[in-house]
Amino acid sequence: MLRFLLGRLGLLIPTFFGVTLVAFSFIRLLPGDPLDLLAGERGIDPERKAELMAQMGFDKPLWQQYIDYVIGIFQGDLGTSFASKKPVLDEFMTLFPATAELALCAIILAVCLGIPAGIFAAVKRGSIADQAIMGTALVGYSMPIFWWGLLLIIFFSGILQWTPVSGRISLLYFFPQVTGFMLIDSLLSGEKGAFLSAVRHLILPSIVLATIPLAVIARQTRSAMLEVLGEDYVRTARAKGLPPRSVIGLHALRNALIPVITTIGLQVGVLLAGAILTETIFSWPGIGKWLVDSIARRDYFVVQGGLLLIAGIIMLVNLIVDVLYGLINPRIRHT
Amino acid sequence: MTETSPATKADTAKLEEESRSAAKARLAEFWYYFSQNKGAVVGLVVFVLLVLMAVFASLIAPHNPDVQYRDSFLVPPVWQEGGKTEFLLGTDAVGRDILSRLIYGAQFSLFIGVVVVTIALVGGITIGLVAGYMRGAVDTFIMRVMDIILAFPSLLLALVLVAILGPGLINAMIAIAIVLQPHFVRLTRAAVLAERSRDYVVAARVAGAGHFRLMFKTILPNCLAPLIVQATLSFSNAILDAAALGFLGMGAQPPTPEWGTMLAEAREFILRAWWVVTFPGLAILITVLAINLVGDGLRDALDPKLKRS
Repeated sequence: MLRFLLGRLGLLIPTFFGVTLVAFSFIRLLPGDPLDLLAGERGIDPERKAELMAQMGFDKPLWQQYIDYVIGIFQGDLGTSFASKKPVLDEFMTLFPATAELALCAIILAVCLGIPAGIFAAVKRGSIADQAIMGTALVGYSMPIFWWGLLLIIFFSGILQWTPVSGRISLLYFFPQVTGFMLIDSLLSGEKGAFLSAVRHLILPSIVLATIPLAVIARQTRSAMLEVLGEDYVRTARAKGLPPRSVIGLHALRNALIPVITTIGLQVGVLLAGAILTETIFSWPGIGKWLVDSIARRDYFVVQGGLLLIAGIIMLVNLIVDVLYGLINPRIRHT
Repeated sequence: MTETSPATKADTAKLEEESRSAAKARLAEFWYYFSQNKGAVVGLVVFVLLVLMAVFASLIAPHNPDVQYRDSFLVPPVWQEGGKTEFLLGTDAVGRDILSRLIYGAQFSLFIGVVVVTIALVGGITIGLVAGYMRGAVDTFIMRVMDIILAFPSLLLALVLVAILGPGLINAMIAIAIVLQPHFVRLTRAAVLAERSRDYVVAARVAGAGHFRLMFKTILPNCLAPLIVQATLSFSNAILDAAALGFLGMGAQPPTPEWGTMLAEAREFILRAWWVVTFPGLAILITVLAINLVGDGLRDALDPKLKRS
């Protein structure tokens, strides 16, 4: 197991340095140098510019700039936002809980609906229910989620007026952030109605963000179940007279879930990409909206730091999934 | 060896004839399995209709997509109160006919799909062939670079690339192609690794085939099935991602009637005029759905493992 773990880590290190190189090159590849971009159309005094360049280290040779950058990363220095003058890492840390809360709700929704739907479709293979579930899943998989979000807003916020259009909680409520998760904080605050308000704000964005993972998980569960249901040990279990529920639940599902877990892990990238669109539509104050806004206002140190942090999260989650996979399935760890 | 006897010539002709009928038989078999999947046939029909709509846009579209009718701002679709028969699906905030813009928009979406898939496919196959065929340090380096690209969410990386290249349709297409390419590299490499030690490849090598011939003529044709399926999926992904970039203001720029860009322009009217938002998104959904249906059918027809199940 240790060898397997070390092997995975060994693969991760070059990728990590590659990712830092991408983030590092990003600012240097932009047309014009960063200070001209910062100064905008007003321009900048050459003397002041040289001074600032030296201060930010842009006058050193490239390789040295890169080494300084990587050392900075290990010390938690990801640069400073032009717009807010705050360290990028601090901004990220304040905004990340909002994205994490949204993404967690979305993935819980996707797993809780997707796995049962996939099992049901596999067990009732070929039936109308199967076709309906798989048809819906394909529509979900093909969905432009930014449009889906707008449709939900038109219907639930515009026509029915059930849900708010944007934000995380109504402005009526104000309480200290303990965990950064609005659902938990609103409960802790003890303010009446705060929790309900947080839920109502969270519902539509969660549905939008869950749509594609839900479709992928349902499809994957169905095909994994179909594969397992044809195996000899399932036939044996049936032949010895076990009730269908325990054949499906005990013998088939446990083996079918292995590839599904990998699929769920792979959804992290999908969720973070989806968060960019979902947060923009619902004005959700998370890292997706932060990055889009930063690109729009050319706050490139934020983009650089965000790139690195998001890639880091995805790599970490993939590593965890790999290790989990190795734990569940010994065949993987010994190859 | 330079002289060819008449007998061998006849043999060659016979061989060619045989290989042609074999190809025909394979195509018939493919169509048999593909047409078993009703959804795939429906998807194919819709896709063909979309292509025809894009090609003959100037003949079908009732209006010029860029003309603004000053007396008809935000006219609702014809079946709603206040609708006008000349604007079947209504008009947008500056009085342009939505139906005509959607019809012209099909040109952009299909063009994006074709260009992105071509770039990603050609680049991905070449890099993947080189990695799988060369092995060693080249392979390791290429695969690490692909891992790095895959470590970023595709839309984020595309956004950042567009920030470097500058917003616009062409740059958006290049960015999406770069982001989609690693999937082709991985697939090609895996297929090449599986094929390269097979007897027919060894035989070709022993017979003196050069590296390029081995890579492109001997191995590649036998790795095509998964690549075709992936190309279909990438086609729909490219359309979705380009629309998303357009929606975020980083793709095609207004007044281009690209569907994602149309949605971005329509955003502020969502609670007043549902039609300006609904139809462009519906067009994206139908197109992507049709292509994904075809993709599912292709996978069923080309993947011999699933075929029998």
